[in-house]
Parts: sequence; structure tokens; C-alpha cells
Amino acid sequence: MEMSIPYQYKAHPVTGIPNGKFAMWLFLASEVMLFGALFSSYVMLRYNAPEWPHGYTLLNVPLATVNTMVLITSSVSMVMAWAQLKMGNFARGRMYLWVTVLLACGFLVVKYFEYSHKFHLGIYPSKSTFYAVYFTMTGLHGLHVVGGIIAIAYLAGPGASLWHRNPDFYANRVENTGLYWHFVDLVWIFLFPSLYLI
Amino acid sequence: MSGDHHSHGHSHASHAQHAPGFWRSYVFSVDHKVIGVQYAVTALVFLFIGYSLIMIMRWQLAYPGKEIPLLGELLSKQLYSGFQNLASGGVLLPEGYNALGAMHGTIMVFLGIVPLAVGGFGNYVMPLQIGAPDMAFPRLNMLSYWVFLPGGLIMLASFFLPGGAAQSGWTSYAPLAVINFGQTAWLVGMIFLITSSLLGSINFIVTIAHLRARGLSMYRLPFFVWAQLVTAFLLLLAFPPLEAAGILQLMDRVAGTSFFMPSGLVISGKAAEWTGGGSPLLWQHLFWFLAHPEVYVLILPAMGIVAEVIANNTRKPLWGYRSMVYAAVFLGFMSFIVWAHHMFMTGMSTKMSTFFQATTMIISIPSVIILTALVISLWGGSIRFNTPMLFATAFLPMFAIGGLTGLPLGLTTSDIHLHDTYYVIGHFHYVVAPGTIFAMFAGIYYWFPKVTGRKMSETLGKIHFWPTFICMNLIFFPMLIQGMGGLSRRTYDPQVYEAGQALAATLHKVITHSAYLMAAFQVPFIINFFRSIWAGEKVSQNPWHATTLEWAAPSPPPHGNFVGEPVVYRDPYVYSPVGRSDDYLPQFVGPEV
Amino acid sequence: MAQHAADAGHHGVEEIRKHVRTYIVVFVALAALTVVTVAISYVHLPTTQAIALAVLVASVKAALVALFFMHLISERKVIYAVLVLVAIFFVALLFLPGFTELEQQGWMNRNVP
Repeated sequence: MEMSIPYQYKAHPVTGIPNGKFAMWLFLASEVMLFGALFSSYVMLRYNAPEWPHGYTLLNVPLATVNTMVLITSSVSMVMAWAQLKMGNFARGRMYLWVTVLLACGFLVVKYFEYSHKFHLGIYPSKSTFYAVYFTMTGLHGLHVVGGIIAIAYLAGPGASLWHRNPDFYANRVENTGLYWHFVDLVWIFLFPSLYLI
Repeated sequence: MSGDHHSHGHSHASHAQHAPGFWRSYVFSVDHKVIGVQYAVTALVFLFIGYSLIMIMRWQLAYPGKEIPLLGELLSKQLYSGFQNLASGGVLLPEGYNALGAMHGTIMVFLGIVPLAVGGFGNYVMPLQIGAPDMAFPRLNMLSYWVFLPGGLIMLASFFLPGGAAQSGWTSYAPLAVINFGQTAWLVGMIFLITSSLLGSINFIVTIAHLRARGLSMYRLPFFVWAQLVTAFLLLLAFPPLEAAGILQLMDRVAGTSFFMPSGLVISGKAAEWTGGGSPLLWQHLFWFLAHPEVYVLILPAMGIVAEVIANNTRKPLWGYRSMVYAAVFLGFMSFIVWAHHMFMTGMSTKMSTFFQATTMIISIPSVIILTALVISLWGGSIRFNTPMLFATAFLPMFAIGGLTGLPLGLTTSDIHLHDTYYVIGHFHYVVAPGTIFAMFAGIYYWFPKVTGRKMSETLGKIHFWPTFICMNLIFFPMLIQGMGGLSRRTYDPQVYEAGQALAATLHKVITHSAYLMAAFQVPFIINFFRSIWAGEKVSQNPWHATTLEWAAPSPPPHGNFVGEPVVYRDPYVYSPVGRSDDYLPQFVGPEV
Repeated sequence: MAQHAADAGHHGVEEIRKHVRTYIVVFVALAALTVVTVAISYVHLPTTQAIALAVLVASVKAALVALFFMHLISERKVIYAVLVLVAIFFVALLFLPGFTELEQQGWMNRNVP
């Protein structure tokens, strides 16, 4: 049932990119609108509220700063993975992928501690609009982190066999997954100050 | 040159593999044609269900408080304790009326028209019209259908869940929707449907950009493909805010947050359990941010189909092709910045309402351009009034009425009187019912020969068309009159109000019986459809003598679509070319012929 | 199966090594900016200024990630076009609902701090 779909890993002569890259950027465009709607909700709710607490009075800034660094580092390891693969170093590339997965899991562990501490104090999303926004936005972001972990772990694990069949296709897949991962980092870059620092 | 070194893989596969089994061929197929048919058939079933819901509602409107014939007893049955009855003692309940209304709208828009227009026609026809072997991501395509179907089933299942179906309109406004029963399944269903749409729209855009045949530049694309391209961008960028809003409303319902719940809310005399601080208007903004582009998702594929059928049956090129393309692109862009014209009555400042009024007036221009170009395309043509052409031609005045009746709604001053009246219902139904649905019928009759290798019966087609056309007007024109008289929409029994009696007593009966009559005249279509699959007149590859690329493929096209590589040599609508004996010159016929 | 590396848009090991150097520099910049933005928050500026500054720093960080990690600085026109389109709609979504409710009378009586 396999027919050949052109430009799966070769660049299209007009756009200059393969199918997968175009698809991933389009997906990220839709994600910009998704998180945009949440930021818009945050803006509208906060702007119209008679009072709104500063994030640093209610949330753990040092912990979140650590998490921010963890995520940025994972972005670096992700792009390093791609660079290694483009240079033909499969083993190094794979290692960087696993480093990314590890760091991403670390991010989730920290989030777990943050959330459980709040729940311990009886603070749930229903407590106030501030917490509703905090839990929902970081929660949806966290789900995206989980999705990223699954995708990257797949590429580092069972999906790595594609390298031996078609190294360009594999490197492209890593690059496209990397685009997604950098986007997840990007959202956090805005989320962190918006929720914790102002 | 396709630039792909794996083309030899095709012949390898056909030798090396045994024929895929039933499940891979017809159920979990990655072939865009199978997926297109799956979408279309599923959507037609949902359209039938959605129409049935409104037929039940229409009985209550025409004969308030009277027992519903045939179905009254069934709808009053208590299936289990806690089951949310639609009716009691054979008479429709107000809650049942609201549930049917909310689900009718939701089903028709999200489970009926979009899957048919985009998932069905788009999936099947677009790759053929661009000369592609399939979509850019066949497995993603399959996934998008199998995410759509559970979403639809969850929506239907909501009737049987504790709390019943959604009762707060297809618009699901907070805080009513948050405190009402039955919205949770609606919200979950919407999340499935939106995800399916997103996957599909990515596929469409990449396919149109990358998989066009040799010689098929963007300005040689059939207008149908342009329409699908703009539609895909609308789905891609406008749906996510509703997905976000759906998540927020789910949080309000399930986690007790107050994204949309205002402070100081009192429900039936008791203070609400939510902490408050939320904004009901926030929901409206997020909802309409999608829902306005959504209506262009409903109309653009329809315009695309009408353009194809008109060009083919006038034996003339489309007039103003480039204008139509630019208009469609401009329309898509503008559709993102008009949404608050659905919210003129929410107390916004004149500054903002003026802004949205202005953008709304501006967006009517590209619609008019497209409609005018289509009308001018008829001028001087050798028109063949076959069934697809009847529906396509009828689309024009029907969409015109729909569009024109939108203008008083887009102007703030007149909207004060017309908002939330039957005028609105008349307006938008003119656009989607004798508008889009007529285009869908045109498309079915037109492309049936490509899908099955057989034509549908012309006689049954005309028996389907004429009564449907007349009934559509009998149903929706009175609504315009009722609305101008001030009759409110979403009212279980308008006749309890004195003004309602004058406007509703007779006209609602006219509308209801016309709706039932129209239902009866869909039977010839259903008979025609199924009979023709097996016993229809067998036809050649290009029975309509059309010029676009899908007619270069066999009917039905095999896996991989084309025998040999399709190449395009000219514009899409070269009809009645000078100095030739044939009255058409297809895109795919070489210059030496 | 040596495929054409040219199509991925990057040529040769040397060029990749240059990219790697860039990634390290960007990483250091991102770390520094993170420290900066946290430090600013300890100053407890008035809210409007705090927001403006925080968004500014975040935008710079985001630009670095987008331009260098996501290779946007050397991307194709079609991607730029899509992103410009999204940027316009993103701005509309972010600000128009708020503006629309700004001069509300009734529903959302805003107490100006």
C-alpha cells in the first residue's frame, strides 16, 4: 500500500523545505494561537480584576527559575542532538536526545513538587482566578512537555532505526521535533515571568 | 521533476505485497479517497440526524404543547433514573427544546457541513485536482478521521448521559453553560473535533503547497483548491482559541474555577459556588474568534464547488478568476477581525463597535466580488441545466439573500432590533442551507461519476431539486419577516407572548410543514444515491467534458490516482477555445493535440 | 545510502561547528537574561513597568531561541509569511478582547488602581 509521496525529506523546489518542516511550522502556528488565547484570557482577567496578587508573593520563584534553566538547557541539548546528526555522529546525537528527555523529566519533577506543595496547603485551581490561570496555563504547558518527552524518547529509542535506512529523513525528524521542543521552551520563557515575576 | 528517489518503491510494493485486507482497505485506509468517502458518508448521516432534531423542535413551534406524533411516546420514555427526558407525556419539554436546539446547531455545523465540505470533498477531490498521488501525510489523514468520529459519537452519546445533551446553544455561553447539565460531553466532543480539524488543515496546506503536478502553478489551480487552501488556514489559526476556551470552560465545570463565572452570581436565589472574578464576555470573545472564521469555513468550499460546476456547465472560463482568488484570500484574512459583530449587544463602547462594524462592512466586499464573478460567468454561456448546475445556479440568489440580510446585522444600529431574533436565523440559514448545502448537493451529483464510475439519475435529481428549492424559501423567508417583527429566537413557546401570536401562529405552521415536505423530497435523493452506486448509468472517465485534473484519472481512481505522471499545460477553465472543434481543452492534454 | 545533505539547508561539518559555537553563546545569553529578569522582579517596580520590562526581556530571550535554535534566521520566505500572518492574528487576539471591554459600562466595572 506504500506509494511514494514526494518531498518527504527532500526540499521542495519552490518553498525550499520538505513536507515535515512545513507541517511542523504550521502546527506551531496553531499552537501560538492556542497559547495566545490563554494569554489573552490572562490579560483580560487580570486587567479587569479589582486586585490581582503578584506572582512572587504566592509562588516559588527560585524553584521556577531552576526549572527555566532546566528547560533552556534541554533546548540546547536538543539542537546539539540535531547538529551531531548532521555531522554524522549518530551515537553522540542519540546521547543528546536522551539528555533532553532527562532534563524534560526533571522539569516535570520540579512541577510535581510545586503542584503537590500547593495541594498540600489546600490550594486548588478553584481557589481564585490567579490560581485558576496559574494551574491551567502551566498544566497545559506541562502536557505539552509530556508530549515532547514521548516524541523525543521515541526518536532516541525505537525510532532511531530510521537513521540506518535514511539518515537525512531521521535528521529532519529530529530537527522538526526540535522545533516543537524549542516552542515549548519559548512558551515557558513567556509563562515564567507572566505568572511568577509580575 | 518530483525530486524523489523512492519512486521505484511503488513498483516494488505492488510486486512484493499481497493485497491489503478488508480492514486496511476500507476501514483504516490511508488512501485519501477512502477517507474522503468515510468523512462524506459520516457527515451525511450526521446531517440527517441534525435535521431530524429540528423536525421535532418544529412541531413544538407550530403546535405548542401538543403531543408529538409518532415520536412523542418514545421521547418521553424514562430510560433510567436520572435520564434527562426530552419530552414528557408526548409533549416536548423546554429543556428538551433547548437540548435539541443546541445539538441541531452543533451537529449541522461541526459534524455535518465541515466534515462534508472539507473532510469529504476536500479530501477526495483536492489531491486529484492538483495531480497528487495522495495527501502529504496519509496516516495523519486517517488519524484525523478517527479523531473526528469519536468526537461525533461523544456528542451523540450526550443525549443518553446523565444530564442529557447540551442545552445552551451551539454557542455554549457562560455562565449558563457552566451551570447547566450536559455541557461536559459537548466540551469534550469539541476538543476531539477541533484536534481532528487541526490535523486535517496542516495536511491540506502542505499538500497544496508541495504536491502539485508539473506545470500546475498556483494561478492555474482550480478555484476549488484555492477555496480549500484559505479554508485550511482558517481552521488552522481560528480553532485553537476555541480549544483553549473549551479547556477553560471544562475547568469551570469540573475543577470549579471561575474563568467565566462572574463575582456575585446568584443561581435560583442561592449564591453560586464559584469564587467569581471571571468574565462571561471572555468566553464570548474566544468563542466568536473561532466561530466567525468558521462561517467562512462553511461557505468557501461551497463557493469552490459552485465555481467548478458553473465553469463546466456554461462551457466558458470563469469570469474574474484572479479577482475571485484575491477576494477569497482577503476574505480569509478579514474573517479574523470581525468577530465582535456577534457581540454588539454586550455593552461595548462605540469606539470598538464602530471598529467591528467597519471591518464587517469591508468583509462583505470580497463576498460580493466572488458572487458577482460567478453571476457574470453565466453571461453568454451555453448553459447545460443538469442537476449539479441547477443546484449551483440556485446557490447564487440564495447566497445573495443570505449575504444581503447579513448587512443589517453587521450595522450596529439595526442590529439592536434584529439581534437574537428570527431574522438572524433566517439570515444564516439562507447562507448555509440553500447556500452551502445546495453546493454540497451540486458537488455530490457532479463528482459522483468520478467516485463510482456511474452517473446519478437526472430525473430523480430534478425531482429532488425543485421542491427542495421551493421549500427552502418557504422555510427561511418567513423567518426574516418574523425577526423584523421582533420574534425572539430560542423560545420554547413564542405564542405565550401577544406579539408572538401574530408572528408565530400562522408562519410557524408554514415553516414547519415546509420543513416536513422538504424532508420528504430528500427521499428521491437518497434513493438516487444508493441506486446509482450499483445501477447508475456507466460513464467514461470524463463524462461532463471537464477541464480540471481530477478528470484525467480513471473513474474511480486507483490507489495512487493517476496512470502515469499527470502534467498540466494551461489554465483550469479553457472552455470553447477558439479554433478547435471540441468545446473544451483540459488542463492535462498536451499542446501537440 | 549517502543522501544529499544539501537539501536540509546546511552544508558540511565546518558550518555545523560554527552553528554549535552560536548555540553555546546563545545559551549563555539566555542564562544571563534569566538572571536579569528574576533580579528585576526583586526590585518590585510598579506593575505596569514590571510587566513591560518582563515582556521585553522575555521577547529578547524568545527571539534568541526562535532565531538560532529554531534556525529562523536562515529560514525560507514561506515560513516567514506564515509567521507574519500568525503574529497579526496573535496580536489581534491578545489585545482586541481587552480593548473591547475597556470602556464598558456595567458588566465589568473596572476599578482603576
